[in-house]
Amino acid sequence: MLAYLVRRILLLFPLLLGITLISFVVIHLAPGEPTDLQTQMNPQASAELQERLRRHYGLDQPLHVQYGRWLARLAVLDFGESFAGDRRPVLDKILERLPITILINMLSIALILAVAVPLGIISAVRRNSLFDRGTTILVFTGFAMPSFWLALLLMDWFGVRLGLLPISGLKSLGYEYLSFSGQILDRISHLILPVFVSAIGGLAGFSRYMRSNMLEVVRQDYILTARAKGLSEHTVIYKHALRNALLPVITILGLSVPGLIGGSVIFETIFAIPGMGKLFFDGVMMRDYPLIMGVLVMGAVLTLLGNLLADICYALADPRIRQS
Amino acid sequence: MLRLLFRLSLVSLAFLILVACDRHQEESLPGVTEVLVPEFGDTFIEASIGDASTLLPVLAADSASSAINGLVYSGLLRYNGQLELEGELAESWEVSDDNRTLTFHLRRDVRWHDGTAFTSSDVKFTYELYIDPEIPTAYAEAFSQVNRIETPDPYTFIAHYDVPYAPALLSWATAVHPRHLLEGTDIIRSPLARHPIGTGPYRFVEWVSGEKIVLEANQDYFEGPPYIKRVVYRIIPDVSTQFLELQTGSLDFMGLTPLQYDRQTDTLAFRRNFNKYRYLSFGYTYLGYNLRRPMFADKLVRQALSYAIDEQELIDGVLLGYGEVATGPYKPDTWVYNPDVRRYHYNPEKARQLLAEAGWQDTTGDGILNKDGQRLAFTIITNQGNDLRIKTGEIIQRRFREIGVDVRLRVVEWATFLKEFINPGNFDATILGWSGGPEPDQYNIWHSSKTAPGQLNFIGFEHPEVDELLERGRRVFDQQQRKEYYDRFQEILAEEQPYTFLYVSEALPAVSRRFRGIEPAPAGIRYNFQHWFVPMAEQKYAR
Repeated sequence: MLAYLVRRILLLFPLLLGITLISFVVIHLAPGEPTDLQTQMNPQASAELQERLRRHYGLDQPLHVQYGRWLARLAVLDFGESFAGDRRPVLDKILERLPITILINMLSIALILAVAVPLGIISAVRRNSLFDRGTTILVFTGFAMPSFWLALLLMDWFGVRLGLLPISGLKSLGYEYLSFSGQILDRISHLILPVFVSAIGGLAGFSRYMRSNMLEVVRQDYILTARAKGLSEHTVIYKHALRNALLPVITILGLSVPGLIGGSVIFETIFAIPGMGKLFFDGVMMRDYPLIMGVLVMGAVLTLLGNLLADICYALADPRIRQS
Repeated sequence: MLRLLFRLSLVSLAFLILVACDRHQEESLPGVTEVLVPEFGDTFIEASIGDASTLLPVLAADSASSAINGLVYSGLLRYNGQLELEGELAESWEVSDDNRTLTFHLRRDVRWHDGTAFTSSDVKFTYELYIDPEIPTAYAEAFSQVNRIETPDPYTFIAHYDVPYAPALLSWATAVHPRHLLEGTDIIRSPLARHPIGTGPYRFVEWVSGEKIVLEANQDYFEGPPYIKRVVYRIIPDVSTQFLELQTGSLDFMGLTPLQYDRQTDTLAFRRNFNKYRYLSFGYTYLGYNLRRPMFADKLVRQALSYAIDEQELIDGVLLGYGEVATGPYKPDTWVYNPDVRRYHYNPEKARQLLAEAGWQDTTGDGILNKDGQRLAFTIITNQGNDLRIKTGEIIQRRFREIGVDVRLRVVEWATFLKEFINPGNFDATILGWSGGPEPDQYNIWHSSKTAPGQLNFIGFEHPEVDELLERGRRVFDQQQRKEYYDRFQEILAEEQPYTFLYVSEALPAVSRRFRGIEPAPAGIRYNFQHWFVPMAEQKYAR
């Protein structure tokens, strides 16, 4: 087992190197440079300025030199400085955006689970009932609906017409002056719409998984046995069937770990939430290479670790994998 | 205070006159009849699409940063409502007789937000900062024309030029940086980028990345503290969200789109809470022809195409009527604008006739004109993300087809657009826009020395007389004389039609009704922001 673990961890490094190399080359292949914002179509910018800026950012060096320098810094966990005007360390920029992104993603996953699991179970138990069909239509409508459109409708309805919820942002203007409970309430009210909108698209997937797993499980012999023993339907479903039906769902959950730090540009833009999605998107639009690479590396590391974790779990569960 | 009051009453008088003569005025302006004493307090909240990048003006290149820097810092000069330069940090200034020396007499009562006195050494330092080759700034060009500077005493600053350079005055409206905080430090990594210290009417309070930037009235501002106590810039990247926030009153100011202005703000509730304004913005949209392409080398063809475009139709269709026809590079309500240039009112007959004169005829019967076996067909490119330009292109496409010109429209992502098409001159025609300002110098866009790849005369316009006029125009300071040069310059452009000048759009801001003291002028409405106020009874934010 230990040898397996060491081998897997050692394998991560060439993988990560490959990922960074490909990312680095691809983003430099895209036309445009970080200096464009300042120099292009600007009557005040001269040709020397363009050259000077390129030197300043180290863009005058050949690509492999730039990559080498970047890699050398990364080796000591230095993600470099952003090319944006403030020249702040990339790590700072990412870290200040992470908490809110993770919070919203966790809340949204929790909401998805809280709704999708019961929905899936009931749909499976009452297969082809009116409830089953109704929820099918509902969750797929949610899945198909453009999230920005739904967000705008909800904002207009709850924010402008009813005046119940704030429209955008994370805190109200006078947040500092609120009491502690007032601050909590303010935060929660700002999170309701974004979490709801980001969850609604995920409902369909999860509730369908749950439903099909459940259908699969209730057809098994041991369920038949349980019923034959004369157990109540409730016990059969919630004690014997549910646990087995949940297993594959947990696998899917494990795979969504890297997704926790990834935000959605669309709903972050609509709700004016300073999250990772918007940071990355702006970075790409400005060709802020260090920032793009920083976000990509973080995502890559998390994905690799997530996979590793999943593999270890499999290995623990299945001796065949350990030995191969 | 008395002085301010007096100024205010004078200003409301001027306001009345403006209202009377300006047809662009909305009827629902704040009543000028009410006599209100300006009062201090309240918060002004507006939104920005993007977060600021840096609050050190020398490094800032984006509009969000500039908007904030404009309130935190001051320059030696600034534009007033009539778009004339007036002193800000400079009490007065002189231009020497040979136009080669500018002398600024600085105010003596100015302090930086940290209490340090402002002197000419700060101006000297700012100049050195802008010409420092190590500083990645986009604004070095104007300062590089300076030969040497002098600071004979703490309140006098003198700049010498080798040759007279009229845009130089404007360059001294650049924000002055604090020497005592920046000298000898690593400018690029200066903490001032996140926590600016200036001399302007507002001082910096906090910046929460991606969320908001808060400023607060500078009680020691040398022109007296501004009335509005706090200014909050919220970062809201989506304009639809901004509009919803505006409707709930969470925002006090927003630049509306023509659609919002025309169709979505005509409700009673909106009118009760907001005043809408409209005025021409600086900048115009044009269809530029690549003059290196043989088919556009002939002036007649370009004139014909201009006749085939109905500019008013574009304004009505694309801007819902909120704009004016452009006849040249200057906006119609500025001193430099020449109204008496050749115009190209929509006339498809004339267009066909001119094309026939140029030798283009439909001999093949396919509906498209041809000459020497070549069809009159080309591609218009424009950049992605600007819906107005794309719509404009589609309307033009249809009009050109009617006179037998086959046009395709291609929309390209901005970076690719510049790198692959505009900079190498690899395009037939393009729809683009220039934004400008009150300074009429157009040297970088029209001079024949600026046609190299990556430079701004990318259509390859070369005209010896224009070259000479542009050179002369930037060498004199006298407005009358400059107007002569630029009038002729506009005549030539109108005759040559290297661009078909399309339209100048209007800025359409909405401001919460509780704000008073807004005086629409050629410069717009924001120029006198420090004189805006909210009557005590209507103040919304106590803290």
